[in-house]
Amino acid sequence: MRLLLTALLLFVALFTSAQDTLQTISVQSNSRSLKKSLSVTANTTVMTSKELLKAACCNLAESFETNPSIDVNFSDALTGARQVRMLGLTSPYLMITEENIPSVRGASQAYGLTFTPGTWIESIQITKGAGSVVNGYESISGQINTELLKPANDIPFFLNVYGSTDARFEINTHLNHKLSDKWASSLFLHGNSRLTKNDMNNDGFLDNPLGNQVNVMNRWQYTNAEKGWVGFVNLRFMNDEKQTGQLDYVPSRDKFGGQLWGSEINTKRYDLATKIGYVFPDMPFQSIGFQNALTYHDQDSYFGFRRYDIAQTSYYSNLIFNSIISNTMHKFATGLNFAYDKYDENVLGSDLGRVDNSIGGFFEYTYDNTDNFSLVAGIRADNHNRLGAFFTPRLHLRYNPWKDAVVRISGGRGKRAANIFAENQQIFATNRAIAWGSEFKGPYGMKPEIAWNYGLSFNQKFFIFGQPADAGFDLYRTDFQNQVYVDWYASGNAVGFYNLEGKSYVNSVQVDFNYEPVKHLNIRSAYKYYDTFTDYRQISAERPLTPRHRFFTNVEYATHIKENGQRWKFDATWNWTGTQRLPVTAVVLPQRSPAFSVVNAQVTRTFSSVFEVYAGAENLTNYKQKNPILGADDPFGQNFDASVVYAPVFGQMFYAGFRFKIK
Amino acid sequence: MTMKKIVFIMLVALFGMAANAQEKKNKNAKHSIEVNGNCDQCKKRIEKAALSVAGVKSAVWDTESHRLSLIVNEEKTSLEKVEAAIAKVGHDAGSAKATPADYENLHSCCKYDRNP
Repeated sequence: MRLLLTALLLFVALFTSAQDTLQTISVQSNSRSLKKSLSVTANTTVMTSKELLKAACCNLAESFETNPSIDVNFSDALTGARQVRMLGLTSPYLMITEENIPSVRGASQAYGLTFTPGTWIESIQITKGAGSVVNGYESISGQINTELLKPANDIPFFLNVYGSTDARFEINTHLNHKLSDKWASSLFLHGNSRLTKNDMNNDGFLDNPLGNQVNVMNRWQYTNAEKGWVGFVNLRFMNDEKQTGQLDYVPSRDKFGGQLWGSEINTKRYDLATKIGYVFPDMPFQSIGFQNALTYHDQDSYFGFRRYDIAQTSYYSNLIFNSIISNTMHKFATGLNFAYDKYDENVLGSDLGRVDNSIGGFFEYTYDNTDNFSLVAGIRADNHNRLGAFFTPRLHLRYNPWKDAVVRISGGRGKRAANIFAENQQIFATNRAIAWGSEFKGPYGMKPEIAWNYGLSFNQKFFIFGQPADAGFDLYRTDFQNQVYVDWYASGNAVGFYNLEGKSYVNSVQVDFNYEPVKHLNIRSAYKYYDTFTDYRQISAERPLTPRHRFFTNVEYATHIKENGQRWKFDATWNWTGTQRLPVTAVVLPQRSPAFSVVNAQVTRTFSSVFEVYAGAENLTNYKQKNPILGADDPFGQNFDASVVYAPVFGQMFYAGFRFKIK
Repeated sequence: MTMKKIVFIMLVALFGMAANAQEKKNKNAKHSIEVNGNCDQCKKRIEKAALSVAGVKSAVWDTESHRLSLIVNEEKTSLEKVEAAIAKVGHDAGSAKATPADYENLHSCCKYDRNP
């Protein structure tokens, strides 16, 4: 055993309490589940695990339902995978990391968020705008970082069982063991499945896919506070299988038969991640972190006759050194990144395999006057085999003009190579002809995407009748210099990827108001406006399926906790989504979708600190999009298109579950 | 040179080195001193005053315990100088006491109880 531990320790690589330059949030003594600090430089919201308990379920993609900063969209009508958006841009323009290691990128872009079970999550930090340069150059409109449960402070046993009327079942088991005062290990087991077919709208197609997922992670943590060492090793395996399409479709019988339309999406993923961190014992402000991650992600899929296979082998490494210049008012972080990605991609019979690699260095300076002003200025230089050599500057400022108020300004650049097919897999659930460029010698004939993002935000805390409230606004603009856009407007029988010629931007405005009128009753509300504009080939228009107006309200109420932990918790969310421009389709649709509302609600009963039961409903008002699958009567015909989804496909859904803990 | 002389020179050299070693100051000396104050406003003022002294690398004041944890480069400054700088903004620090005038300048919330 000792040999194994030694081997693991040697093998280990990183940790970085260091990377927290932008992300660090002081834990506040209040019990709010959504925290916005007045003293952090970037526009960052921290969602604690408490917040995650408020939504039905169950994985990272679904955990943003009660958060106004992130919009959860409805993806194609077949796979049920949800895309998230921030500042009006979809997840490829966000940097999504797990403990500061890029996680949802490349091949995992479409479904990656559904591969992290919600119960594994300790907290999520959401940063709007440019973000830090420490983790890379790819983020454009924001960063989402997930912290998983740490073995050193995990509980010995956790069990969660969930079931819902859309026939989805989930089970989560966590086991934790402290091997010594320095070593601790957790084993996380997750399984989910949907075994029953649902067709509430009688179009002959499944409303949500049949599927099952097995997800296992083993985490090891080494902590030696005296000597200043921390280390983590994560081993993980995930297998996810989905089947969708027509109700009577049987893969073994009907695959590529041309009689019934069906689809299968099977994904396997292996992860090995290590972190090692060292804090100099006599200089707590100085530390070194080293993290490494090795991932193999393999998706085999077909949609009717359309085959799409992608496998990605990735290696990511980050070395970071944090220290001060004369005193802790002047901090800096500097280091190196290395990334290697090998893609084996097969799109409708074309081999699009390629290798990406990049090496870069970064320097980020933080000034904090310990009172009302701070600044984070970062720059990185990277050399990428296909994006070339380039700089990425980013800047964040924070100022507290008066008591309980904060103004933030940010700006920065992002650059990325679009993985056009992995990011837009809904194109395969159509019979549109797919075109992609060849005029440029880059991946898929596409230029790198380059954008600048600028932001201004203001927030003020105050009291109404003696009870705490806060209000504020955010203004952001994302300006694309180069963009690879998906043209859904040229024809109903085609979809194409093109390099931007002309302008493309997104302006976003968000206004927030939060209030706690009586103790334990919290009201959270937000209005969002997105002004999107892109010069497409034939028209200049807003982005398809992007509402201009949204309104969000969440109300939570909890009774006082009794001595043995007994408590009731109630939570309800109302989302109003304005009209959205629809793509041009073969079956003629109106130019805009109707506006609609969705209401979710949940009740939790905590019987003691070790046992609680919850039940809830999603889409209480039973709003359903009419005809989400165009041409459903002839799925091999010209009109078939399952990509135009702007509202829930499945109606009302009820669920219940319990959580049991041994502390 | 006689043997005596050699031994003497060596001894002198040795003492010199030892003395030199003793004089070598700690670049990351840790200190914890009591600083009187009440609230978060005091915390900001105390930490700012401490950090304004060249050679103070880190200063964290704990609102509960009233203790200020310092990391000081002793080649550049001394604990006395830091205490004096904090007393100058109105807070009694270690052995340094704020003058009544500096104390009176404090915001009302920061007027800690002074021992007579």
